[in-house]
Amino acid sequence: MSTRLATGGRLLNKTCALNFTFNGKRMSGHAGDTLASALLANDQMLIGRSFKYHRPRGVVASGAEEPNGLVGMGEGAKFEPNQRVTTTELFEGLTAKSQNHWPSLVFDLGAVNTKLARFLPGGFYYKTFIQPRAFWKHVYEPIIRKSAGLGKAPKDRDTDKYEHFYAFVDVLIIGGGIAGLQAARAAGQAGAKVLLLEQTAHWGGRAPVDGGTVDGHPVEAFIENTVSELQAMKNVTLRNRTMGSGVYDHGYVLGYERVGDHQPGAAGPRHRLWRIRAGQVIAATGAIERPLSFAGNDIPGVLLASAIRDYVVNYGVSVGDRTVVVTNNDDAYRTAITLKKQGLIVPVILDARAEGGGELALQARELGIRVENGKAIAKVKGHKRVTGVEICAQAGEGAVLEEIDCDAVAMSGGWSPVVHLWSHCGGKLNWDEANAMFRPDATRPPTGADGEGFVSAAGAANGALEIQELLKDADAAGKAAAKATGHSPKRKAAPKGEAEIETPMQPVWLMPQGAHVKLRMKSWLDYQNDVKVSDIQLAAREGYESVEHAKRYTTIGMATDQGKLSNINGLAILSDALNQPIPQTGTTTFRPPYTPISMASIAGEARDECFQPLRKTPIHAWHEENGVYWEPVGAWRRPYCYQKPGESIDEAVNREVINTRKSLGLLDASTLGKIIVKGPDAGRFLDMLYTNMMSTLNPGRCRYGLMCNENGFLMDDGVVAKLDDETYLCHTTTGGAEVIHGHMEEWLQTEWWDWKVFTANLTEQYAQIAVVGPMARKTLEKLTDEDLSAEGLSFMGWKDYTLDGIHARIYRISFSGELSYEIAVRASEGRALWDKLMQAGAEFDVTPYGTETLHILRAEKGFIMIGDETDGTIIPQDLGLHWAISKKKDDFLGKRAQQRAHMTDPNRWQLVGLETLDGSVLPEGALATAEGVNANGQRNLQGRVTSTYHSATLGRGIAMGLVFGGPERMGEVLSFAKLDGTDVQAMIVDPIFFDKDGEKQNVR
Amino acid sequence: MSDNVSALDKASYEGFVKVEEAGLRGMITLRGDLGSVKIKNAATGVAGVDMPEQGHANSVEQSGLAWMSPDELLVMLPYGDVNAALAQITKHLKGQHYLAVDVSDARAVFRISGAGAREVIAKLCPVDMSQDAFKPGQFRRTRMAQVPAAFWMGEDEAVHIISFRSVAEYVFNLLKNAAAPGSEVGYLNP
Repeated sequence: MSTRLATGGRLLNKTCALNFTFNGKRMSGHAGDTLASALLANDQMLIGRSFKYHRPRGVVASGAEEPNGLVGMGEGAKFEPNQRVTTTELFEGLTAKSQNHWPSLVFDLGAVNTKLARFLPGGFYYKTFIQPRAFWKHVYEPIIRKSAGLGKAPKDRDTDKYEHFYAFVDVLIIGGGIAGLQAARAAGQAGAKVLLLEQTAHWGGRAPVDGGTVDGHPVEAFIENTVSELQAMKNVTLRNRTMGSGVYDHGYVLGYERVGDHQPGAAGPRHRLWRIRAGQVIAATGAIERPLSFAGNDIPGVLLASAIRDYVVNYGVSVGDRTVVVTNNDDAYRTAITLKKQGLIVPVILDARAEGGGELALQARELGIRVENGKAIAKVKGHKRVTGVEICAQAGEGAVLEEIDCDAVAMSGGWSPVVHLWSHCGGKLNWDEANAMFRPDATRPPTGADGEGFVSAAGAANGALEIQELLKDADAAGKAAAKATGHSPKRKAAPKGEAEIETPMQPVWLMPQGAHVKLRMKSWLDYQNDVKVSDIQLAAREGYESVEHAKRYTTIGMATDQGKLSNINGLAILSDALNQPIPQTGTTTFRPPYTPISMASIAGEARDECFQPLRKTPIHAWHEENGVYWEPVGAWRRPYCYQKPGESIDEAVNREVINTRKSLGLLDASTLGKIIVKGPDAGRFLDMLYTNMMSTLNPGRCRYGLMCNENGFLMDDGVVAKLDDETYLCHTTTGGAEVIHGHMEEWLQTEWWDWKVFTANLTEQYAQIAVVGPMARKTLEKLTDEDLSAEGLSFMGWKDYTLDGIHARIYRISFSGELSYEIAVRASEGRALWDKLMQAGAEFDVTPYGTETLHILRAEKGFIMIGDETDGTIIPQDLGLHWAISKKKDDFLGKRAQQRAHMTDPNRWQLVGLETLDGSVLPEGALATAEGVNANGQRNLQGRVTSTYHSATLGRGIAMGLVFGGPERMGEVLSFAKLDGTDVQAMIVDPIFFDKDGEKQNVR
Repeated sequence: MSDNVSALDKASYEGFVKVEEAGLRGMITLRGDLGSVKIKNAATGVAGVDMPEQGHANSVEQSGLAWMSPDELLVMLPYGDVNAALAQITKHLKGQHYLAVDVSDARAVFRISGAGAREVIAKLCPVDMSQDAFKPGQFRRTRMAQVPAAFWMGEDEAVHIISFRSVAEYVFNLLKNAAAPGSEVGYLNP
């Protein structure tokens, strides 16, 4: 059984007990425990079930590489699935639940899959469920999703907070082990601005567990001294609980700080995403031990040798009383020695190397541990827990020589440098034959804009696994990075590390080397996704020769641990099956994040009221207080209509239309774009931008204009007012304000840079209110004595007024066909003017109206709307707007494009009015059908609806549409298809439905 | 002019820094050849401060000049002084090619003060806010989360932020959120 030891546990505060629950069972641990160590201390070895076969699983590692120990943590709004027990710090009241089992962890029905394993080989899903095609989506996938899969998605809204933080440094070092610390010291002493990130809560990495000395002192002393030295340096920042998650182009790195995970309930964010720009990045990310592939290597109680050592030294936890050590290298002997010194039993060390180990092996023998060279595990016995091992010769096929009882197995297949961060941005790797590992090729680093490398690897991550080499390597990396960022490194030698001399490891990819198929089918490579040696071999036989194909076919390395333990073993097995050397097979691509980061940290502050900026006009609050029904228009919120108590949206719109036509309406038009264009060449510039002539406009006058892009398509429209000889105010659509301003600047800065024109976007400087209806003038006259008569301010004119003390510019323009004034005042006085107008208009039954009424009023008059009548493929000529296209001008944007054959094709659909014969409202976007079918067997078409409304003024549906033949077919009846399969008949009519002579806007 | 109200009517919040909407500020966009003596004189004449270098702002209380782009200055002054200043610029630059417009109402101004002001900005803007990189007098046009913003720092290390008026509430919420007690980063202000 696994238990807490009487001694050991250097990271624990044993005076502080913490209570937690696992699957509802109350347990206790100490401050400093990880959830993994606390579970083991409570003899909770079984932690979850595997993905495919639902095999019982326990922890196999002690850090970020852990594939099995995933649990759901927390409840309700704090629930989060797939939390890794080895990287979760224990806290008081933690609640964890195991995943992927039904009905319970101990008795799981899905485990029947393991009995069916020979029917569920790699590629099983693809082969079995491909036919019949339609079954995949509706039958197979839902069932498979139920049986496979890890944690459940949270159901409640996350109540925690998250944020981003931008940091800029010369040298960013990822990994706070002894390599990272030494690199930080070297770079810091050179004066570089250094940020050192460490994913755990502790400094020094695994060095204190592995031992060794630095300059004659124990490595712990080196760590302690270096950390305090770095903390004292003003140019160096140390940040623990922060993982370097990904390296991106241009020295951009994401750091993932787990601020609150270990102290739930504390104020502040739970996670903070560091968005770092670094001159140089040093990956001092260490190395990960590889499992060995022998039968039953997934049974709970089989752990990495280094992990077993970590649990003893760091947490005072023994995984078992009797631990068999199996290895192909010297390092695993340290585990045996550690266990033995703790008084635990190590029945045997199985060293797959025929010649055995070096100094450490000698030490082990001296402690009285039995060491067997050239031996291997044929099979681990047990189901939910290791009960023993069968021993065989590594060279053979697995004939059992001896059985040994044990309750834990410590395995070591050698070490793989963590090259992820080196590789994210394109750093290349070399295969190191002697150590059987991929290590960074310093001559092929990820390069920045200058073509020079901006990432280096240091220490174990660079393949320097032993302390002697590691410190030298890290020191050099720190100095080089400081130099590359313009600093002068000190000429101080690296500290001297010492440890036992290790004899070379020997690659062991399969144990025993000739393992027969029954053993291979139980030799796990990927624990989380249940991929075995036999699956990779099958993939190779079936032609999946590329490592990327084999990965996807078998799903090796595709689980949430991203193959940290399985990838190298997997590609070694693949290489062997393909009879090619490992470097020829290559690795799969390393992609960020290094371990999963929370989605919420990526969203950062962008949630709730900060989710998205909402643009609000100065009159927004009034709308809110007066029954508004909002319509999003870009980032703005505009009133769609205002509902009175008990009123439906349709009723509100109809009331607004009728009242405005009858008496007086008010519209908040503040969102309209307002761009000032000024300069000696302003007229010439606008003549190029608009299809009609603007330069001839006189000060005090307004003109409606159309704007096209270079392809001739209509992109915006609006009223231009001439303010003085060289100043124009261009009104744009709401959505066009920023775009058109950008469009203007682009032409001025790239093409007509020598024209004397300046622009400024004044959209938000003014609140703009449209006062509309027969009583509009009477209302305004109550606020001023100045001349507002038809002569004093004629149609399409503007003038400055003072309205009850507020300076206002009044444009007499109309988008409704009514007598209408658009009044611009400073934004800070917008609400005040609105209130005054409401008061002055009260006697005329003033009716604020929204965008829907605006649309209906303009449609009744046959005015087009950008975005309804246009969709990026429409030219003004399609809309019968020839009158607004100057024939006198030599050029304007879009002129040449509009002369192309396709643009002058008489078959282009043209704008017409449409009136249903039964008075109903045509559906939005409805299509007019024609006889016959096209080449694709689809019904032929001859038109479509672009705008359609119920006109309260006329008491029936009105619409505009683009139709083949256009106005020439006046009076013809077209058939429009409805979604319910029926048709509706509509007659082609003049698009001006109301007040054809335009008398209403001239009310005196 | 008691009717004039700023976007948030001087709302404020006290977190690990103080966040205040600063009320209405007079602002004039002045575009022209910034190398021209006339333009420089017109700007410095109304603002009462020296011409700022590229990427900088010079300010004294409510008045100041900020470098916006190679052909654009932001002239700041008390809200009530804008019309007079515009008249003065117009007179001074008669016959020149330039643009001077009142943008006071298009903007919202915020002030954040306290030891953590730099960190509040660094949570929202992709700007190096360390003491050696961003100094009092520098002026930065950038993005604050999802909206455009500009800011500068006074000698007292308070940060003055300008945003568009329509998104004032969003900006205030961002700042409030970033200044929430307990969310100090301890990186720029160790």
